[in-house]
Amino acid sequence: MENTKTLIYDGSFNGFLTAVFIAFEEKINVSDIQRNSHGQNVLFSETETIFTDVHKAKRVWNGIRSKSHNAITNVYFAFLSEAEGIELILYTYIQKLMASKNGKQLDYSDGIVLRISQLARSVGREKHRMEAFVRFQLTKDEIYFANIEPDFDVLPLISKHFRNRYADQQWLIYDVKRKYGIHYDLEHVELVSLNLKEVHFNKVHKSDAFLSEEYDYQTLWNDYFKSTNIKSRINRKLHTQHVPKRYWKYLSEKKETA
Amino acid sequence: MDFDRIQEKLNILADAAKYDVSCASSGSNRTNTNKGLGDASKMGICHSYTEDGRCVSLLKILLTNHCIFDCAYCVTRKSNDVKRAAFKIQEVVDLTINFYRRNYIEGLFLSSGIFKNADYTMERLIAVAKKLREEENFNGYIHLKSIPDASDELMYEAGLYADRLSVNIEVPTISGLKLLAPDKKHEDFTKPMLKVKNELLRFKNERKIIKSTPKYAPAGQSTQMIVGATGETDKDIMYSATYYYKKYHMKRVYYSGYVPVAEDSRLPSIGSQVPMLRENRLYQTDWLLRFYGFAVNEILNNDHPNLDIDVDPKLSWALRNMHHFPVDVNTADRRMLARIPGLGMRSVEKIVSARRFRKLNWDHLKKIGVALNRAKYFMVSDSRNWERRDLDAEKIKGMILQTSSGKFRNQYSNQLALFN
Repeated sequence: MENTKTLIYDGSFNGFLTAVFIAFEEKINVSDIQRNSHGQNVLFSETETIFTDVHKAKRVWNGIRSKSHNAITNVYFAFLSEAEGIELILYTYIQKLMASKNGKQLDYSDGIVLRISQLARSVGREKHRMEAFVRFQLTKDEIYFANIEPDFDVLPLISKHFRNRYADQQWLIYDVKRKYGIHYDLEHVELVSLNLKEVHFNKVHKSDAFLSEEYDYQTLWNDYFKSTNIKSRINRKLHTQHVPKRYWKYLSEKKETA
Repeated sequence: MDFDRIQEKLNILADAAKYDVSCASSGSNRTNTNKGLGDASKMGICHSYTEDGRCVSLLKILLTNHCIFDCAYCVTRKSNDVKRAAFKIQEVVDLTINFYRRNYIEGLFLSSGIFKNADYTMERLIAVAKKLREEENFNGYIHLKSIPDASDELMYEAGLYADRLSVNIEVPTISGLKLLAPDKKHEDFTKPMLKVKNELLRFKNERKIIKSTPKYAPAGQSTQMIVGATGETDKDIMYSATYYYKKYHMKRVYYSGYVPVAEDSRLPSIGSQVPMLRENRLYQTDWLLRFYGFAVNEILNNDHPNLDIDVDPKLSWALRNMHHFPVDVNTADRRMLARIPGLGMRSVEKIVSARRFRKLNWDHLKKIGVALNRAKYFMVSDSRNWERRDLDAEKIKGMILQTSSGKFRNQYSNQLALFN
């Protein structure tokens, strides 16, 4: 077919939106959209490398938003799911959305629409979990520090929540899996990358990076966690359903079991 | 910080507070001000879950477990031989702030045994909340217990600092209350409720004229009832719950399966099973009343004073009212869709949204997430095959039970276990 291409972008959300813009503008018949780190050989179609252009990305963003507020969240959340082949699904979704007269009514009987809303929902769930399961530990330089290892790339989604909540303390949340973190310095939230010597999950051994008072509060919290449990109502299945085991190693109250 | 002392107090006073089931930290609109600490706006967050599967979102403690009352159902009643302790105000404030800063909790849930008298106790509770708000600039969630019979002035002040206020009615019937808590009067419980309700209404009205009217308990008030302590029926419980929702504008009524805490001839003995399934059915009914448009007398009435144990209340209602079914999902209104067993409100919204584009068939409904094993007997869609057999309610119930499994099933099965 004429003008069939695979678009390669830099992996950022803006990069993806730029790719969508170019595909629309040049009427490209998109066979796939891939991130450059993906490095997959494409046999039967041309490739075009996309250079991220914030201005173009913004136009796509505004275009989707003018159709529906719900859709723009769905697109962003689903993108952060990092699911295999998500770019092409999103591209089709955006095409459908732009073709519709009224973006507000969503057709949940359409496979793509349903898939995007389900992906967005699981990313939303992970975002909410991280807002709950981050456990700060107070370091000797007065920074509240936490390691996380979320299923999806949710750091950009949770930064506002933590900035609003902990406006008077310095904090740093570091994603061990994706090797970057967000740091709040009492003024702004910034992206940081660190060379962590050790990952601070629950160890019985005490790290000297933290104040001794920190471990006192952890003990109090663990005690509180234990004494608030009603033994005659025990329901471990429900417990692990709410707090899946993969999160346990960063939760101080699960120290002994992890 | 005197670590050992605090640790001991925390253990005693958290243990005594755990029978309060309210864990909500949502519904407030308090935002962070002046770069202070905390933000209680929007939805609540459950930061952890205990091994009994209940959520931990607030630091739930008693100020003290000294109490002048002797209510039979309560673990801190004066005749019970337990270790007593009391927090200082500053200790509660420090614990709350330090837990909050580490993202352990959404805020504080402070209750108390009653020492000296109601007003004296209420004053101390308010003092904690006031200190948190005014000295620590704390904007997290605060839930204060209203002490029965506390004065109107104190209830007004409490609402200025707290996000939610609650009095636990505990015993759903007045006769039960006389039996189990002879020192307390029904009016003692309703007096603070009435004051809070009136203040909430006053705030709503004044707010329209004066934007800066100070916030009053933005997350409203709630109450709690014990289930299975005095032999009341489900009808008694749900009718009084409805009364509290209507009369006192409750945000929530909680149902708490009675956990035997002491030997007393008036109560189930220690070791008897906590009625968790019954509690679950009551919550399901509560949801049907608040979100699905059911009226309480449709689900519970003189002919059906108790909820079915083996099926959920919506299915049970549908089986008794087969003349409303089957419902056509492609044409029925929201109200009727919500009444189909196996359809939640989320599916209802998705169906209403999707059927504008095309007629829906079983495949669509399955993908949307409808529990077809129950729903298929009660609806028709754009498919050729639907339930054509002339089934009566008993048969449908049997077929549903056969093809599904329930987590409580083994507790009430009539069938004897082959292996034990």
